[in-house]
Amino acid sequence: MKFKGKAFTFGNDINTDVIIPASYLNTSDPEELAQHCMEGADQHFSAKVKKGDIIVAGKNFGCGSSREHAPVAIRAAGVSCVIAGSFARIFYRNAFNIGLPIVEAPEAVDGIQDGDEIEVDISGGKIRNITRGTVFNVKPTPPFMQELLESGGLINYRMRKREDRR
Amino acid sequence: MGMTITEKILAEHAGLEKVTPGDLVEVKVDLVLANDITAPLAIKEFRKAGAQKVFDREKVVLVPDHFAPNKDVPSAEQCRMLREFAREQNLSHYFEIGEMGIEHALLPEQGLVLPGDVVVGADSHTCTYGALGAFATGVGSTDAAAVMISGMVWLRVPETINFVYKGRLKKWVGGKDLILSTIKDIKVDGASYKAMEFSGEVIEGLSMDNRFTMCNMAIEAGGKNGIIVPDRITEAYVKNRARRIYRFFASDGDARYCKIQEYDVSRIEPQVAFPFLPENCRGISEVGNIPIDQAVIGSCTNGRIEDLRIAASVLKGKKVAPYVRLIIIPATQEIYRQAMKEGLFDIFLDAKAVISTPTCGPCLGGYMGILAKGERAIATTNRNFVGRMGHSESEVYLSNPAVAAASAVLGRIGSPEELGL
Repeated sequence: MKFKGKAFTFGNDINTDVIIPASYLNTSDPEELAQHCMEGADQHFSAKVKKGDIIVAGKNFGCGSSREHAPVAIRAAGVSCVIAGSFARIFYRNAFNIGLPIVEAPEAVDGIQDGDEIEVDISGGKIRNITRGTVFNVKPTPPFMQELLESGGLINYRMRKREDRR
Repeated sequence: MGMTITEKILAEHAGLEKVTPGDLVEVKVDLVLANDITAPLAIKEFRKAGAQKVFDREKVVLVPDHFAPNKDVPSAEQCRMLREFAREQNLSHYFEIGEMGIEHALLPEQGLVLPGDVVVGADSHTCTYGALGAFATGVGSTDAAAVMISGMVWLRVPETINFVYKGRLKKWVGGKDLILSTIKDIKVDGASYKAMEFSGEVIEGLSMDNRFTMCNMAIEAGGKNGIIVPDRITEAYVKNRARRIYRFFASDGDARYCKIQEYDVSRIEPQVAFPFLPENCRGISEVGNIPIDQAVIGSCTNGRIEDLRIAASVLKGKKVAPYVRLIIIPATQEIYRQAMKEGLFDIFLDAKAVISTPTCGPCLGGYMGILAKGERAIATTNRNFVGRMGHSESEVYLSNPAVAAASAVLGRIGSPEELGL
């Protein structure tokens, strides 16, 4: 699986209240949530982000609440992948479970500036900074996790497996 | 090599003799919970999976507490989803507002969470139950849905950090200050993916309410769970509440910890966490002049009866400063009644505080005390992130109930000692 897009950079400890403020949690509709994605850090993110773009952040991305609305909002906003120095535990599980590709890559994060053109190859384990001509190696995402992401998350993946068995 | 309490509980629920950190295990879940924010997504996933029945109607708990009593029409719709699902599945533990409370205060109080349990909740503060000697951790809605269907969850056995507290607590210092100063020390990702075991002579002498406060905020250091080995204080709390058998586990003398952190609590003064991270703590003597617009005493962190008693002891005979709002939110209906019986409500009302029905409300910027642009609050809650209690340009400072109450009277962040207490 490969993703290509423009980098939107953020700092350390980006919490779930920043990703989707709780005042919008009276809905679980992905499109509505997407309109307020990253509002706590950048009021205009949802207007600027284009399909395929990539969030690049520091350590402990997604810390705070367990709200699955956070990865749901990011995915629905059109973001193809999140690269971070590290991820908070609950966010990490939630992202895969709802089908949002995420990559832990502290070195790549240091080598990416806001607006850089980035290509992420989670199968091959490479992050290319096209703007700067640099390449970073990351741990490839195992095939079953790629299939889980392609299915759109855990439940769809399990359903697909169940169909396969029949 | 022995095992920690966390490892023992996970091993027992996985049907294994022994587990070690890093092992992936599938464990039986004693209780799964979700609230009015997270359950709607979990129910959607439950339906998407084509599931018909929850694995056990006694073990799936739904609590509308975040935006309940319904704050607006969309929240009313979300609460209705819980209600209809609870009815359809004939759940034993659905709590309508008249019998509800903030989930992490309510479940222990009702005896639904017990020592030795494995509890998984679609709420990050599920780690609160570790205070009872249970393994409890927060997950997202999809994970919760999978548990609602199967009664099982896969987990990675975490390494454990042992936090040992020694010395004598100063006046007005409680569990909140111990956990805040710990987070200050190890930072907001200092226990990422790890178990935080709290031990030592100070913990052994700590009340259940203070223990709940400490375990509640394990997530604020990135912890997977917070846990305290149960003892006679735990036993006294659970014995009349439990309606099923429970089991005390303890860490072995030769258990392996990835780190041991020792603290001399005699040096710890009441802590205040400045915006915008819980790790930004200062001792109350180093706070300086910070005027406030609002004080909130409540939440799953500090809305229990002892917290309200402390607040009342500070507020007795005093008045909230002009143009300051003090909002007190007992965490459950039982705590509400108890506070009323003890006469605490008279003290609060005389001080010009308002008393709210139990709700998470302002803690996460839902309602019942939202901050306007540029406003500042001191709160006994757990997070002071950007915009957490309202406008993105408002500020939240975290403290214990004594400091929050004193600050409401002073009109700025300060200590009860400044009031001669």
